[in-house]
Amino acid sequence: MKRIVILGAGTAGIMMSNKLHKHLAGSEFELSVIEKEDTHYYQPGFLFLPFGHYKKKDIAKPVNELISKGAELIKKEADRIDAEGNEVLFKDGSSISYDILIIATGARIVPEDTPGLKGELWQKKIFDFYTIEGASALAEFFETWEGGRLVVNVADNPIKCPVAPIEFCFYALDCFRKRGIGNKMKITYVTPLSGAFTKPKASKMLGSLLEDNGIELVTDFFLGEVDNENMKIRDFGGREVEFDCLVTIPLHSGDPVISKSGLGDEFGFVKADKNTLQSVLFKNIFVIGDAGNYPVSKAGSVAHFQAEVLEKNIMSFIKNEPLKESFDGHSNCFIETGRGKGILIDFNYDTEPLPGTFPVPVLGPMKLLKESRINHWGKLAFKWIYWKILLPGRKMPISAHMSMAGKKTD
Amino acid sequence: MTQITYAGVTVDVNEEGYFTNPSQWTRDIAAEIAKEEGIVLTDQHYAIIDFLRSRHNNGEALSIRSINHSGIIDVKTFYQLFPGAPLKKATKIAGIPKPSSCI
Repeated sequence: MKRIVILGAGTAGIMMSNKLHKHLAGSEFELSVIEKEDTHYYQPGFLFLPFGHYKKKDIAKPVNELISKGAELIKKEADRIDAEGNEVLFKDGSSISYDILIIATGARIVPEDTPGLKGELWQKKIFDFYTIEGASALAEFFETWEGGRLVVNVADNPIKCPVAPIEFCFYALDCFRKRGIGNKMKITYVTPLSGAFTKPKASKMLGSLLEDNGIELVTDFFLGEVDNENMKIRDFGGREVEFDCLVTIPLHSGDPVISKSGLGDEFGFVKADKNTLQSVLFKNIFVIGDAGNYPVSKAGSVAHFQAEVLEKNIMSFIKNEPLKESFDGHSNCFIETGRGKGILIDFNYDTEPLPGTFPVPVLGPMKLLKESRINHWGKLAFKWIYWKILLPGRKMPISAHMSMAGKKTD
Repeated sequence: MTQITYAGVTVDVNEEGYFTNPSQWTRDIAAEIAKEEGIVLTDQHYAIIDFLRSRHNNGEALSIRSINHSGIIDVKTFYQLFPGAPLKKATKIAGIPKPSSCI
């Protein structure tokens, strides 16, 4: 028997295992999935957890229930990949050999890389919401918080889900208004970008929405250190922003396994071809989702569209055929803006988010780059879609490749 | 497309003054752009400019974080060399496109 190994059972790894399993049943390939954690979290839910709108149990499921029975789930922690020897080596000294390796080790936050961030105020006045621990600690803090200066800061890019910090600002304001302490809140969004977002049209739209809501925007701010004593964040140039509560989106890195195996860039993201999703160093290694150094959002929607491309490319690779499918950088994100509304953006490597309707021209029903109630419902419905359609590897009625249909250009 | 003449050489730039053809760049051109930004280039400036150019030529993304991995200077020194918005200024002087985050 030959073996395909998927390293990591996050969103990307689970989707891939369930897609591939369908093709491999009865073939000469067996499928193994390596994951050290027992629980998989629906990460978009981390946005709602701090405000008590989801509890931990609402967004958690055991990993073994999400992987199809035909794949072998190995609950072990990988230490490194021996790419020359086609083996994954585990921390316990054992190993597994592979014919094809799919790396899906994701991205993680590294608050320890910024001086003072994990200082005495960590999880007392300084919180992340990109981990279950951080989001839960913040929920507890917010329960009794009576308002003040809330600073939401992105340390530097790349980060997972680049719209989440902005959504957090809108959503926090909405929740605190409902609690009757909106007037005691001053929310500041501090970003290394030169605007609210990278792409011009979306940046302008989100920038004015921040302004309309009285959310202050501080740009070109690269976090250098956190001053716990004076409760300030400071950029490398010495600019300061004071906070009463700091919600940080810390620096991100790839899994330590990647750097240890010599497969990554300086931040530990795997160097791979942005179209074929194949490692640039080893032909039998592929990379999906946040683990890759792709010039694209680190987001579940991207992993989903990549999975459709990678499914076909892996099957071509098995048959010794050229890799025909090409990933175009398609991303699709709901942005929660509070008051029961949301924005939807749809874009790829070459096309920035544009206004229009989605997925059907004129009819929508979703509106692109515009606030609407149906977009908000789309976001809430997405949780069901995630568990029932995306993770099981079922087909969505949306193409992996971005479509210009319904989009308005200048 | 706009054209500007630096150090006697006509180069193509975009609306923000960033080079659209990095191969037109020379060290003398860099010195002139730097002067416009109020910076006198030293060997340390050139070392980091060379680093940025070679990363760009290799198709690698540029970020403030990557400066710490340059082995040349740390980020604080980078801010001292190119005050204000160091990455934007340094890439302009280095004759390469303005770095954009990929989202």
